[in-house]
Amino acid sequence: MPVSVKHSQLIFDALRACDVRLMSALPETWLVHLIRMAEEDPAVTLVRLAKEEEGVGISAGAHLAGVKSAMLMQNHGFLASVNGIVSLAHLYRIPLLMLVSYRGEFGERDPWQTQGGGATEPLLRALRIPYDRLDHPNHVAAKVRKAQTLAEASLSPVALLLCRDLMWEE
Amino acid sequence: MLRIDALEAIYPELEQCVVVTIMGAVSAELQSLGHRPNFFYLLHAMGLASSMGLGIALSRPELPVVVLDGDGSILMNLGSLTTMARYRPGNLTHVVFDNESLLSVGGFPTATATGSDVAGMAAAAGIPRTTTVRTLDDFRAAFTAARASGELTTIVAKVEARGPALYLTDLPMLENRFQFQRHLRALRDLGAQVSADA
Repeated sequence: MPVSVKHSQLIFDALRACDVRLMSALPETWLVHLIRMAEEDPAVTLVRLAKEEEGVGISAGAHLAGVKSAMLMQNHGFLASVNGIVSLAHLYRIPLLMLVSYRGEFGERDPWQTQGGGATEPLLRALRIPYDRLDHPNHVAAKVRKAQTLAEASLSPVALLLCRDLMWEE
Repeated sequence: MLRIDALEAIYPELEQCVVVTIMGAVSAELQSLGHRPNFFYLLHAMGLASSMGLGIALSRPELPVVVLDGDGSILMNLGSLTTMARYRPGNLTHVVFDNESLLSVGGFPTATATGSDVAGMAAAAGIPRTTTVRTLDDFRAAFTAARASGELTTIVAKVEARGPALYLTDLPMLENRFQFQRHLRALRDLGAQVSADA
């Protein structure tokens, strides 16, 4: 499977460097190594979800309980989480660090993934969620750190888009 | 059984727990019995109270956590039963007040009115302890037993579809949120102090 182990490790290490101790996840191809790393790290609580919106509630609980968390999901999982983001995270000022695999961009081969790509950034903008692209290994550590810092300072959701050029080895 | 009476029956125990409630009647009635800093009322995000309780319970295994859920809310997030069952934190007690109705928005019947069985679904999801109770004495006993068991429990309490006259309180959402967070932090600091003294 040409999902990049090396770059998944970079992302995982960057999350751990921010003291992220709880990760919620719903598997998709690009996230398999990240989820395995979370499962194998005894210092991380991995919560496998049935649907991504649950992760908003779990991260809210973790935050109020004093634990930093991250959400690993596909962009379709982000689409499925919107009500929780608005009516819990925004309404109650809850920081969310959302790592969203950005399917449906240039290079996408799966026809069923091609609609979500076009909706992802317009929706992030409509929700006024600050976001950035993770598309080069050199920027991973700094961008993850800065995203986590902004989420905590603003008490709001932020998103990092995990892009094809970073996640996939052609 | 009236929900307000059920809440009153367990109120002395709730004082010792970290409590997350759903919106509407449950939140208003618990507040009418007396707000405490360890009570958080999720006034929107229907369905996510159980997920929040799970997040707290996994993050702070030393704290007894109680979720006060409803049939309409849990039906919106049935997957949460499977996620709770998967991690089954022993410090989490999940109470579902089942009035077979979306009472706060006009009393439309939910699927439990036509036979859907929340405790049955919870058991089938893998929640280790589940029960359905219909009287105040059974509810009080089930709640105390759940807390004492040290196992994740879902208690479905069948209650009448009657709510409070008023749903609004004078506690702003954000005040509740920051007070609750500060209280959980203080409990941790207190725990650290006790450990250091021991």
